[in-house]
Amino acid sequence: MNIVLRLAWRNLWRQPRRTWLTIGAMVFSNTLLVFMISLQFGMYGLMIDNTLQVFTGHMQVQAPGYKDDQKMRQTIADIVPLAAKLREEFQSSNVAARSWAFGLASSDERSFGIGIFGVEPDFEPQVSNIPGLVKEGRYLRENDDTEIVIGSVLARNLRVALGDEITILGSGRDGSFAAAVFNVVGIFESGVSDIDRNFAEIPLALFEDVFYMDGAGHQVVISAATLDAAELLQPRVAAALPAGSKLAVHSWDVLQPGLKQAIQADMSSAFFMYGVLVILVAFSVLNTQLMSVLERTHEFGIVLSLGLKAGRLGRLIMLETALMGVIGLVLGAIAGAIFTSWFTTNGLSIPGMEEMAANFNLPARIYPQVTPWTMIAGPLVVFAFTLLAAAYPALRLHRLHPVEAMRAN
Amino acid sequence: MRMLPVLSRLAWRYLWRNHRRTIIMLSAIVIGVWAMIFMTALTRGMVDQMIKDGISVMPGHVQVHNPRFLDDPSVTNRIAIGDEQLARKFDPAGFRAWASRVKVPAVITSERESRGVTLLGIDPAAEREFSFVSYDEVEGRFLEGVDDNGIVIGRKLAGTLDTEVGKRVVLMSQDPDNEIADRGFRVVGLFKANMPAFEEAYVFIGKKAAQKMLRIGDTTTEIVFLGDDYRNVEPTYETVSAVVDSTLEVRRWHEVDTYLGTMMKVMDGFVLIWVVVIFLALSFGLVNTLVMAVFERVREIGLMLALGMKPASILGQIIIESMMLLAVGLAIGDLLAWATIQPLQDGIDISVVAEGMEMMGASSVLYPKLYWNDMLLANVVVLILGFLASLSPAWRASRYEPVEAIAKVG
Repeated sequence: MNIVLRLAWRNLWRQPRRTWLTIGAMVFSNTLLVFMISLQFGMYGLMIDNTLQVFTGHMQVQAPGYKDDQKMRQTIADIVPLAAKLREEFQSSNVAARSWAFGLASSDERSFGIGIFGVEPDFEPQVSNIPGLVKEGRYLRENDDTEIVIGSVLARNLRVALGDEITILGSGRDGSFAAAVFNVVGIFESGVSDIDRNFAEIPLALFEDVFYMDGAGHQVVISAATLDAAELLQPRVAAALPAGSKLAVHSWDVLQPGLKQAIQADMSSAFFMYGVLVILVAFSVLNTQLMSVLERTHEFGIVLSLGLKAGRLGRLIMLETALMGVIGLVLGAIAGAIFTSWFTTNGLSIPGMEEMAANFNLPARIYPQVTPWTMIAGPLVVFAFTLLAAAYPALRLHRLHPVEAMRAN
Repeated sequence: MRMLPVLSRLAWRYLWRNHRRTIIMLSAIVIGVWAMIFMTALTRGMVDQMIKDGISVMPGHVQVHNPRFLDDPSVTNRIAIGDEQLARKFDPAGFRAWASRVKVPAVITSERESRGVTLLGIDPAAEREFSFVSYDEVEGRFLEGVDDNGIVIGRKLAGTLDTEVGKRVVLMSQDPDNEIADRGFRVVGLFKANMPAFEEAYVFIGKKAAQKMLRIGDTTTEIVFLGDDYRNVEPTYETVSAVVDSTLEVRRWHEVDTYLGTMMKVMDGFVLIWVVVIFLALSFGLVNTLVMAVFERVREIGLMLALGMKPASILGQIIIESMMLLAVGLAIGDLLAWATIQPLQDGIDISVVAEGMEMMGASSVLYPKLYWNDMLLANVVVLILGFLASLSPAWRASRYEPVEAIAKVG
């Protein structure tokens, strides 16, 4: 084995320029792949986190059908005790009950239709980042009884400031007329104008009174430490629901189908690009190895006539390719990691991309992270295709006739 | 220069001396070029569609508002000029289409549910060129005139509101004195849009009906214009700016929808980067092929030099060889790209990820769009970079010392 390895190594450096150029193609593609995959999956993570932490959480318990229609009467009965029970069951405070209604918010001068959330002030901060985004005034407290927190754009549109009054008109759970007057105690600013324009939050207890909820609510939001933990948690939540209830537990990708699909669509276009890069490298290797086989026809003829099996020669070619591939893999992965790390510390921002980024809940400057996986996945695929490409020249050796081969050149 | 025909013939023959190598390199170039153009056409098509959908939804190419309206979308901040006067101003200017509309936030209430929507009071005849509504797919009927007493809402909204054609809904908004203005309407039609979010966001009523409900006489809140090409809205912008006075704000679509505006700009950058990256991946193989081609005929080159061929001719011949290889690859690649894009012109259905595309602002059918400019860019970039990449091997070949080269064992 040792001698074959040495032979392969020496063969590789007969034409150092050609070998380096082929390795160069691998290193180039690998560097690019490491960088792009790190960036891509880093962005997906950010997109998911930033989107889910606004309202959605990792999963929600809802009445059947609520997800699609969000109708007032699709409720969960006794929602506060249910949330408390789940908190106790999982020893976790990242569980909060919520209700949602549509209403007409009016100030002295303006009226706009908005969504009103009834939230548990003590637990909402664990599942949503809105409480932390209050820029003026304060967030809700458990015993507030006329207080409301609204978005900054809504405040501007309604022309209200802290301490001003807002009237909300809507309809209650039974379809009856619901109205109440609230004091603005806090104004939140998320930076996403759709959120800042369209939402207000009031304490859940107050919501129940105003909209005649009779103890019922619309969603129990649950957050886990990570996406993976959330996946494990979901069946346990489903099991913990009261026996015989029709309630459904929806995971984030069901609640935000657009998010997952945007990622899928982006992934398929990214994979098309990666695929092209990998195939081009494979062609480069194919060309090199075929040349190196062809120019050794004479020499192969001799060793074949001396009794060496074509299969062993083929393995030699594969070994040469593998050696080349390993160099390309190692150098490429390292170069990719170094290249990406530069952006990990300095951040990557493309001028003019801020608006696009905001559309996907991404910050303007992105810091891609190299993980062992993003560092090795792309180069491994390149390596596999490299070996595949060398199969043709290696198998071709079986068709070689020793005598004819010796006459070549 | 006189040498050119000879050198070209030489180069061509050399190219096919080792046909296997040439064919492999050629395949790589063809795949690379195909990928450049195909991918570009797909993304172009997507962005085009996004912009077309996006523009037809609301902005038109150029729009005019009261400057305060965007921050405070209330009828208080309407355009103070009446419709008759507007018609006198804009009709003679010869736009492809223009329309004034009442556009304000409103609340729609059915027997069961309420939702916030954007109310559009329109003149259906003037809006034909703009609207995102596919008129053929309206369930029931679309509005028939400015006085139409019905309301047309999206299918999705109808589902949420539990209502249907023939039922009544109530619209609520504000009049200029900040009093609640409301009126009942009969649902006469349900429209379908490319993006479900639009079906939830907009409702249409007749312009006169809206003006009466909001008590704003014959004024409106938004005027929109269509020019001939969304890529060049300057002529329309100039004409509109010349006609309206400084109390009104005139904006181009990419200022209204900055997301789409950036998208279009980013697209151009993307095409170039993509083409260059693919070329770089190809270039290693290209240089390798040339190096090999030179290496295996060192003796011949030495002989030619010894016989008096100028080094410049050797250089030229290698470069011509490389350019021929690229040109053939480009020709086949271009053809292949065209041939694969052509049958897809009717659209690729990607509705599995419809909601994801919607998040990006794109619809679920992808229409690849082949622009000659993009194709030209790819070809020119490949030829120029290819020329640069072949300089080094060609230069080396022309620098051989004749005697040494001949003596070399090939």
